[in-house]
Amino acid sequence: MHIMEGCLPVEHALGWSVASASFVGFGLHRLSRRIKEDRSANLFLGACAGFAFVLSAMKLPSVTGSCSHPTGVGLGAILLGPTTMSVLGSVVLVFQALFLAHGGITTLGANVFSMAIAGSFAAWGVHRVSIKLHVPSSVAIFLAATISDLATYAVTSIQLGLAFPASQGGVAASIAKFLLVFVPTQLPLAVSEGFLTVLVVNLLKSHLGSDKRFPVLTGASR
Amino acid sequence: MNAKTSNGLLLGATVALVVFALAFSRPVTGEAFGSSDVQAVAVVEELRPDYQPWFSPLWEPPSGEIESLLFGLQSAVGAGLLCYALGYWRGVRKNRKGADA
Repeated sequence: MHIMEGCLPVEHALGWSVASASFVGFGLHRLSRRIKEDRSANLFLGACAGFAFVLSAMKLPSVTGSCSHPTGVGLGAILLGPTTMSVLGSVVLVFQALFLAHGGITTLGANVFSMAIAGSFAAWGVHRVSIKLHVPSSVAIFLAATISDLATYAVTSIQLGLAFPASQGGVAASIAKFLLVFVPTQLPLAVSEGFLTVLVVNLLKSHLGSDKRFPVLTGASR
Repeated sequence: MNAKTSNGLLLGATVALVVFALAFSRPVTGEAFGSSDVQAVAVVEELRPDYQPWFSPLWEPPSGEIESLLFGLQSAVGAGLLCYALGYWRGVRKNRKGADA
């Protein structure tokens, strides 16, 4: 999902940067209020950021014979909310842009939008809808994390498709081309991300017990 | 199913997916187990052969070794944070149980 440095036309890079900055700015505001109100929540922020750090560093092989990585934002989006998680996800992307030449400064806005913002909101939304539909809590978490992972790569495909329309078929044909690059590789990795997210939620439940601040953890688990 | 069994199954299934991919898949195009991000750049080149990236990374890891060092560092910091929190909560809970008894 990392769009490489310089690989988006200037106006697209700017547009995504402005869009992402407004979301992340709002997230930062919420985050600083949260830290002031409840210092014990800091450990939750660390745990969710840690999970995203680990998962987004794992380049996993896929059945297509190429490699990609999960995102790890689903967990935090469910536990902390999508705006807070969009800030933590951005930290990962800044680190990778500066020190790993994965993504870049000019494409940071677009990459933050796909992984930290769209990925977080997808996880949060899917989780809420699943719970409303009385889907068992572990299944809801699995679906949220898996779909969040896929949504990130779908948004990357849309961003690239908008920037580089095909000469025949235009934007739609181009998006389809990028989806074909990303989605087959990502499918098994998204399933892995779903499994690992449920695993960590299980660990949180058994180590933390029930915590009123986080209804996800208090709900009947099995 | 108790928590330990289901956690074992979840971990096992994840490892199985990775091992299956390593054992049975062959790359359709390009290098074996290359990055899908790089494949996307190839599609950009195909769609717009005249497009030139207009900015290059400020700093790049000088070798694959250094790159893996930084990726390793990233996951080590992440695992450290997550496991510190898990251990802390486990300790708090144990203490509380001890005090109640």
